[in-house]
Amino acid sequence: MLAYILRRILTMIPTLLIISMLVFVIIQLPPGDYLESHIAELQSQGESVDEKKIEFLREEYGLDKPLLAQYWYWLTGMLQGDFGYSFEYDLPVTEVVGDRLFLTVIISIATILFTWAVAFPIGIYSATHQYSWGDYGLSTLGFLGLATPNFLLALVMLYFANVYFGTSIGGLMDPEYIDAPWSVDKFISILEHLWIPVIVIGTAGTAGMIRRLRANLLDELQKQYVTTGRAKGLPPGKLLAKYPLRIALNFFVADIGNLLPMVISGAEIVAVVMSLPTTGPILLAALQSQDMYLAGSFLMFLAILTVFGVLVSDLLLAMLDPRIRLGGAAAK
Amino acid sequence: MLEVNELAVDFTLHHSAVPALMDVSFSVGPGETVALVGESGSGKSVTSQAIMGILPANAIIRSGQILFNNPETGQRIDIAGLDPESAQMRQIRGGNISIIFQEPMTSLSPVHTIGDQVSEALFLHRDASRQEGMKLTEAMLKHVGFPDPARALRMYPFELSGGLRQRAMIAMAMITHPSLLIADEPTTALDVTIQARILKLIRELQAELGMALLLITHDLGVVSNMSDRVVVMYHGRVMEAGPLQDLFSNPQHDYLKALMHAVPRFDLEPGERLVPVREIHSETGALIKQQTADQIIDSGTPHLQVNDASKTYRLHRGSWLGTESRDLLAVDRVSLSVERGECFGLVGESGCGKTTLSKIIMRAITPDQGEIVYHDGNRAIDVRALDNSELLEFRRKMQFIFQDPYSALNPRMTVFDILREPLVVHNLGDIDYQREMATELMRLVGLDPRFLNRYPHSFSGGQRQRIGIARALALQPDLIICDEPVSALDVSIQAQVLNLLKDLQQELGLTFLFISHNLAVIHYIANRIAVMCKGRIVELAPRDLLFANPIHPYTRALLSAVPHPELSQPLDFTAITEGAASEPQLWPAPFTLDGASQTEFLELAEGHFVRVAAGCKPSDLAA
Repeated sequence: MLAYILRRILTMIPTLLIISMLVFVIIQLPPGDYLESHIAELQSQGESVDEKKIEFLREEYGLDKPLLAQYWYWLTGMLQGDFGYSFEYDLPVTEVVGDRLFLTVIISIATILFTWAVAFPIGIYSATHQYSWGDYGLSTLGFLGLATPNFLLALVMLYFANVYFGTSIGGLMDPEYIDAPWSVDKFISILEHLWIPVIVIGTAGTAGMIRRLRANLLDELQKQYVTTGRAKGLPPGKLLAKYPLRIALNFFVADIGNLLPMVISGAEIVAVVMSLPTTGPILLAALQSQDMYLAGSFLMFLAILTVFGVLVSDLLLAMLDPRIRLGGAAAK
Repeated sequence: MLEVNELAVDFTLHHSAVPALMDVSFSVGPGETVALVGESGSGKSVTSQAIMGILPANAIIRSGQILFNNPETGQRIDIAGLDPESAQMRQIRGGNISIIFQEPMTSLSPVHTIGDQVSEALFLHRDASRQEGMKLTEAMLKHVGFPDPARALRMYPFELSGGLRQRAMIAMAMITHPSLLIADEPTTALDVTIQARILKLIRELQAELGMALLLITHDLGVVSNMSDRVVVMYHGRVMEAGPLQDLFSNPQHDYLKALMHAVPRFDLEPGERLVPVREIHSETGALIKQQTADQIIDSGTPHLQVNDASKTYRLHRGSWLGTESRDLLAVDRVSLSVERGECFGLVGESGCGKTTLSKIIMRAITPDQGEIVYHDGNRAIDVRALDNSELLEFRRKMQFIFQDPYSALNPRMTVFDILREPLVVHNLGDIDYQREMATELMRLVGLDPRFLNRYPHSFSGGQRQRIGIARALALQPDLIICDEPVSALDVSIQAQVLNLLKDLQQELGLTFLFISHNLAVIHYIANRIAVMCKGRIVELAPRDLLFANPIHPYTRALLSAVPHPELSQPLDFTAITEGAASEPQLWPAPFTLDGASQTEFLELAEGHFVRVAAGCKPSDLAA
């Protein structure tokens, strides 16, 4: 198993390497570079362009070098913790991202916890009360959740939160705390604002998870080992918790790898609508203006999260399920 | 102890009630063994579920009583009147009445240890501290024959063999010392030698603890060896009930008589046919013509030859620290030859390599070494050397019938598409020819051609197996490998399919390689038989010689473990020993097989070979 974990971690290296290449290629796909779109923008505003300055910048950032060299520069930089320089903000990428990354992580974790907290009891109820009115009602709600577009839900929620709770529209905190140092009040303000994006981002995932958990549990409830447990005289609650739920957990854990990228990419669009100070809006802007190092770092960050999510779920699975931990495969 | 009175159970399907049990009455006395006999769908499992209070959600007890005398409290309780989830019923379930299920793999949770699952009922029903409980559990595991019970406590079901899993199941049911044990087909999924050992174990435990046993089975051999009284069920009703002697020596009801005629026995007269409960008629047609014996091309060469075939699997076993791997020799230098027009039987227990061998012959698995030669009458074909296009062409000569009729047919294809598929793959004929062929194939296996447009789910297990046979015949092959074709079927259906296979072989001049773990079935259908154990063929002989004069200890052990449906031939439970029979290292000399010893086939009589140490003479074996 130790060997398995090591191997599992080692295989992440080539995976991330390939992803970094793909990311770089995707960023470079649109014609031109940041400077060209910058010049075009200036010209459209009727301003003159200082050819010398452009020339200087191009040399400074290595944009005149071949693609491969640029990639190498970016990659080796990242390995040393230098994510490059953002043209748009005139700042190192790490400084631009800083707090935003942290807030993104907070929102993502909160969303995942929300998803589980809601999906787990509802999924269990739906499965154990299959075809009851409760099951039908919750399923209908779930489908509504699946079908409602995130951004629409976001607008509706913002409106009601403002009307009924007086929460300020947009952002993750009241305006006076933006750029203020961390304090208890700031934290409370964040909590006040946090629940709206969490619900908005989490709804679709929760609804999907309820459906999958219900289907999985329904399968497990039919299994013979559940009957065996019943035949031993186990009370229903204990029976449910010990056997079918335990096995349905497997799928729950396996879903982590899925959930992470879904939550994060879902968050990007919602973040734009709700103008959250997370990574979403910057990523969009960086992609539009071809701010290559900024965009590249963001995409890499997403990729690393996904790869780690899958790793965590794989390791948890091995811990939970002795068949994975102890069982071997026969080679043909 | 238990009295079932006029029990009726209904299933609700699509809002209408379908009766599953009608007017079922029987009783079980203390320490007594009552066998509940019937084919699948006869209601015997529903009866046991009603007694346990574990009926499925869509079943209800319409009327009747299930009276249980609890010897612990002296109370008489009507289980039928109790709420299945009430505390009182839960106390009885697992505490006073326990059940052993048929499928030991699916009946145990894959993610909990054996110790956890076995001890669970103990902690639920008896006052025991954690430590005492685990000690009792360990003692019980030792009692049911676990070689290393302390280690078994921490093992998971998938790490155990089928026999050990069933023992864990038995330990689980016995841990609370119940006064009634229900055994629902406890040995159906097991090999004969393991079956004999499990039956012996159940009998011993029963005698020791004075418990009553309700044995549910379709195997009349098990019934005759285990029970005091017998209840025969059919379509949810009790057909006949009485003491074992009376029922077996003088069956009254037609159904029981029919069932007894349908079971293959060793003492069948030569040429005697089994009488299935429902006979089927097979017809040949214009496309699939009858072949008489003299039409078979006899070139004097065997039809199929396997020379020195070996296959090794590499097994990996993981732990937190690393993976160990070891090699498993699934097929070890096997040589055999199948004559044209014969039925060659290959018999052995699960894991002996017989299925691997069949796959090697079909070229579904590549052997490590060895040669497979097929003679088509004109020339010899080296099966391993065929390239892809030649292999496709060759597939028309050799076909396969699978064990499980449920998973062998694609549920999304109609029977017509299933039967037509081989013809489509080989580009044979146009659609009219294919329709004609499918119609004839259906008649050939005794099915109505009007069913061609149906999907597999609307057929019973036996009918599906016949569709599988028809598909194997679609390309008009000369040789068919039948891999346990009847082991998933009920006794009455089994007789039907066996007769069909026999008839087809005769009429179409087919050669069969028939693989089975059931000696009675092999005895009924095969001309020559090879006995396989741990990847080696240990004995090979014409049928009558093998059954009259088995030489090899493994063959003898197999034969002695078969329960006969005859009161005159009871199983000798004292002769059944733990394990030794299927361990080649433990066979007495000159049969011992271990890594070092050289063995060879010794011919004792015409065509009777046995594997012994090199240099051994027939006279040495006489002693």
